[in-house]
Amino acid sequence: MKQPFPFSAIVGQDEMKQAVILTAIDPSIGGVLVFGDRGTGKSTAVRALAALLPPIIAVENCPINAERHADCPDWAENVGKVTHEIPTPVVDLPLGATEDRVTGALDIEKALTQGQKAFQPGLLAKANRGYLYIDEVNLLEDHIVDLLLDVAQSGENVVERDGLSIRHAARFVLVGSGNPEEGELRPQLLDRFGLSVDVASPTDIEERIEVIRRRDAYENDNSAFMLRWQAEDAAIRDRIIGARAALKKLSATDAVLRDISQLCLTLGADGLRGELTLLKAARAFAAYRDDTALARVHMRAVAAMALRHRLRRDPLDEAGTGTRVMRVVEEVLA
Amino acid sequence: MSTLPETEADRAALAIALVQVDASLGGLHLRARSGPVRDSLVDIFGPALRLGPGASEDQIFGGLDVTETLAKGRTVERAGLLEGARAMVLTSAERLRPHLAARLSQALGATPLPVLALDEGIEEGEGIAPALSERLAFYADLDGLGLADIPGAAADEDDIIAARNALPRIALPEDAIAQIATMTVLMGISSARAGHYALRAARALAALDGAQAADADHLAAAIALTCGHRATQIPQMEEPPEEEAPPPDTPEEPEEAPDEAASQQESDIPEELLLAAVMAQLPKDILSRMAQGNTRRASGSGAGAKRKGGARGRPLPARPGRLDGRTRLDLVATLRAAAPWQTMRRKAMPDAPAPIHVRPSDIHTKRYEDSAERLLIFTVDASGSAAMARLGEAKGAVELLLAEAYARRDHVALIAFRGAGADLMLPPTRSLVQTKRRLAGLPGGGGTPLASGLMAAEDLAEQARGRGMTPTIALITDGRANIGLDGQPGRAQAGADATKAARRIMAAGTAALVIDAGNRPTAELATLSTAMGAQYLALPRADAQRLSRAARAALDA
Repeated sequence: MKQPFPFSAIVGQDEMKQAVILTAIDPSIGGVLVFGDRGTGKSTAVRALAALLPPIIAVENCPINAERHADCPDWAENVGKVTHEIPTPVVDLPLGATEDRVTGALDIEKALTQGQKAFQPGLLAKANRGYLYIDEVNLLEDHIVDLLLDVAQSGENVVERDGLSIRHAARFVLVGSGNPEEGELRPQLLDRFGLSVDVASPTDIEERIEVIRRRDAYENDNSAFMLRWQAEDAAIRDRIIGARAALKKLSATDAVLRDISQLCLTLGADGLRGELTLLKAARAFAAYRDDTALARVHMRAVAAMALRHRLRRDPLDEAGTGTRVMRVVEEVLA
Repeated sequence: MSTLPETEADRAALAIALVQVDASLGGLHLRARSGPVRDSLVDIFGPALRLGPGASEDQIFGGLDVTETLAKGRTVERAGLLEGARAMVLTSAERLRPHLAARLSQALGATPLPVLALDEGIEEGEGIAPALSERLAFYADLDGLGLADIPGAAADEDDIIAARNALPRIALPEDAIAQIATMTVLMGISSARAGHYALRAARALAALDGAQAADADHLAAAIALTCGHRATQIPQMEEPPEEEAPPPDTPEEPEEAPDEAASQQESDIPEELLLAAVMAQLPKDILSRMAQGNTRRASGSGAGAKRKGGARGRPLPARPGRLDGRTRLDLVATLRAAAPWQTMRRKAMPDAPAPIHVRPSDIHTKRYEDSAERLLIFTVDASGSAAMARLGEAKGAVELLLAEAYARRDHVALIAFRGAGADLMLPPTRSLVQTKRRLAGLPGGGGTPLASGLMAAEDLAEQARGRGMTPTIALITDGRANIGLDGQPGRAQAGADATKAARRIMAAGTAALVIDAGNRPTAELATLSTAMGAQYLALPRADAQRLSRAARAALDA
């Protein structure tokens, strides 16, 4: 398995890259949903995310990557004594994964050979404190969607079966990609994603040339190509770590909060989640730019990605929802 | 081989050879009914794993082997068919569930292997899932080919092996990538994969030729093979070239394709010459299809959610469930769930006589996929003076219905009739995004071929029924038929034809609704709706809101 295509080598797609970086700065924004035609580099960007994320501190061999011993689940075995740095987990949820594989299930080998009830953790445990990536998110089976919504709501995964009763923390950031033409996404699931971006292929010939050239180099001259871009990726990662520290210094003034409420009200964006996301995304954006105060310019930059998937759809409006958001932004933040 | 073979079958054979040289080209999407030409191509493709649409995910991707696990006392995984496969033939690929197609294409993305997808779709809108066709560089349609067209292999095994070895050393003209990028933009192709395939195909073509470097002809042929079927517009140069390049819409004969650059390292051929060369190599039907706006986008029948029924349809993986009299026990899945617990349960209840301990939580029930979706076929009169307004409102109604479709699992299709016949403007879909794109420009004016419209609607209804949908026809018109089924004007014949078409709808038992959008209701339409067994509704100056409400009521009736 080759290393994923480097994030910094992706040509164009600024909005998508921006969204991925913001969610890396502040995971509580709640992930990214990338929508667009096939072959526009959706999965490429998401898979490249792993290389940008700063490592986390976790207990050795802990199945849920807990930070302290006290947080390790009691069913876990062979948990190490020390904590160490591990890369932020980015876990793939493949289409067709069974419920057992997602939530975890009985450890069959132990049950058969020793007659012991032991729990074998699933993808949700692996993704705790990290990211859960769903490619083709709009084709996900309904019952898996229900399950994810449940766990995302409570932050906890509960498995009850035949005397096996397991609970463990499952807090993860959902990242998804899909093509809306092949199936719509449930509003409840849409709402779980912090940011959403639409991607399209560049129509600019120079950019197209660069896309083909870099992909060709990645496949035919892999090691040199990776070497060249890993340094760039590292630079972005350092900026992300810097921005994380800067987040704490950025507070929202009353004027900013008023602007945000006004925006969401005018748009009819559902619920509080829109306001919170917009605030967090604007703050992360300001931190990334190394600005010292939150301002309208930051809101403007992130309004479309924070709100476009939260609007009630108006089928007779020819413009896309992103365009609608920008129209309102121009009015409110005039 | 500096130019492409003439017939589609020979191109398909060449495409197969190219995939055998470079597996990362994915494969060939072959649209054809079963027949000798197709069979010979399958032979040329060689030995491969054959997968039908009925294959279960366990079979393909592997899973727990229960018998072995119980016997050995430790987990034994059974390898899936995909493991170790060197090539794959997908039979009836158009019936592959989108879900499975997506999973397959994810697997192919990780480990490329040559695929031949046999697509027997007939109707427009039927075809293989886009997730899969995206991963196949080549496409061929064998429609209309006969015994005389049976192709031979484009290259023998030794050639292919030699080409495969030469591949890493094949040089490209300096500006090849720029040429390819320009062509994909001109053709209106959004996927970045197309250009990538073109590049690899050019190298593979040169390797098969035994050349050291790909030349302009290889490039043109590769672009035609990989991008032709993906094009959404006929490429036009921005400004007509000043020298004597042929205009793109009258491609010159391939023999006259530019060869001045054939043996140079730098092809440096002007763009318009490359364009002409590519155009000359495109199959003829592609041009006409592009002129119609390239409607060969497979939507698959499964874009929406399905009702998981317990009675009929395709089998799905079993789920834990209760036996409530409507569901059927899946014995194997139940035993599989119970197996790991046996040792433990026997310990817990040593005196129990049962050889196998099964608990309620082990019970798995069979599930089947059953499309219980409804399809609303808007059949809109696009003739006469009020056509534009009526079509506009019908469009609005379609979109309004679709906006609520998520909760309702309804699909919508749109047929417009005018002039001499009827056109399917929008194949059954639930995607609002796609609909907006397809309905952007609808023509209007001309006579009223009511019979053709009704016939087209019933054809579509029968096709939908074949997929397990429940169709309803909504006819929107304001006048009387004046064009017969044969496309000839004449009220009497047209009226008789329309009645005949109406009776066919009645006989088929398709639910229908006639919306009279005229300023004064006409008696003929009321009579016609009786013959159709349809509800009649007079909605003068109907707007989108009222149309969608009326249609909704008809659906729920």
